[in-house]
Amino acid sequence: MDLKLTLDGLAKSYPGRPVFSDLSAGVAGGRKLVVTGPNGSGKSTLIKIICGFIRPTRGTVLFDMDKTRLSRLDIRPHIGLVSPDLILYDELTALENLSFFAGVAGLQFARDTLTEKIDGIGLKGRGDDLVGSYSSGMKQRLKYCLALLREPCLLLLDEPTSNLDDAGKELVDAIIKSHPGIVVIATNESTELEYGDEIVRLG
Amino acid sequence: METKSSGSVKRAISVFYKDVKSELRTRYAINAILLFAVVTVFAVSFATAKSGGKIETVLQASLLWIVIYFSSLSGLAQSFVKEEESKTAVALRLYAPAGSVFGGKLLFNLALLIAMNVITIPLFAIFLNLDIANYPLFFSVILLGSLGMVGTTTLVAAIISKASVKGALFAVLSFPLLLPVLMMSISATKKALTEGITFEMARMELQVLGSYLVVMTVLGFLLFDAVWND
Repeated sequence: MDLKLTLDGLAKSYPGRPVFSDLSAGVAGGRKLVVTGPNGSGKSTLIKIICGFIRPTRGTVLFDMDKTRLSRLDIRPHIGLVSPDLILYDELTALENLSFFAGVAGLQFARDTLTEKIDGIGLKGRGDDLVGSYSSGMKQRLKYCLALLREPCLLLLDEPTSNLDDAGKELVDAIIKSHPGIVVIATNESTELEYGDEIVRLG
Repeated sequence: METKSSGSVKRAISVFYKDVKSELRTRYAINAILLFAVVTVFAVSFATAKSGGKIETVLQASLLWIVIYFSSLSGLAQSFVKEEESKTAVALRLYAPAGSVFGGKLLFNLALLIAMNVITIPLFAIFLNLDIANYPLFFSVILLGSLGMVGTTTLVAAIISKASVKGALFAVLSFPLLLPVLMMSISATKKALTEGITFEMARMELQVLGSYLVVMTVLGFLLFDAVWND
């Protein structure tokens, strides 16, 4: 599916504090948009706006898929999100988390398939452990597993390599480079700017 | 092997099972509910001990529903509050349709309230000498009243989950909405505790409780989408 993402004149402000204004950008299938800027410049806010979790003060986010315009709720089944604001259930195991989210998304995976996915993300043999017992890096890896579960057309990565070791960073590098859909990366790591076909600087 | 599974009911049941599993492992809500219920039953029992433990049926019915009401307030909001506070609501919003989330939470809250009633009512019967004259009527009222209470509190819990003063707001918003359920439930429970009262004689209360249940549940499903996604 061919998706086009357009940010049209976006502005966001909280009472007494403008975050960003007049932000426009566009990116189509297979391309990567990197959003960068200092802490507090609104990178995570922009990701939340694209997800439809919060509304912009001005401007619109447009999603065009195969010449059909999608609403902010219609696009959600096509989004994969890795963000510090997305937390998995600590009291469930990794397999239970993936199985639950797949189930509520209308997908069913065999246990072996999910185990393979967990193994593939570098958590071999840890699928039956409670997520609460995971390190922050392992949790970050599991978020990638969840984000890629339904093969999203739009992959949103907020601080994509936070808490990851070198092997984890290589894994993320491979995911970003091989992802066939749009990837939006919010980062202040200078090394991650090179992913961007288009770069938006905030702040 | 990946297959498409359909049906909002199936997804709602997934949310319900997840909540049950989480609750059994964390005891986030059930401890609060049961502790409150047990403590209040004993407090009422001690307070009425001087009267020989025998109090008027209207007082018994009122006390029973006060215990159920406040116990539910102490625990039923947790289903959404926990999701927001632990930030798991973000993934839930992204993956689950709103109707399924509401349905699942509704089922979970109902299960919690039934579990609480299973503990509270026998305790109440033992320590406050509850003489139930009409069992079918009594349990019908408990079921309809609990269902109405759950339908309302689940929606209110979703509304207040993003607020900063959750506890106070939950009580303030819930009380006026639950007043009809409480009044009708107390009235019908009093009748169920009185000898010689038939189902027919509590028809008005049961009709109000049934209508309230339908209206609040339908409203909940209609309004939840806006509450959850905005």
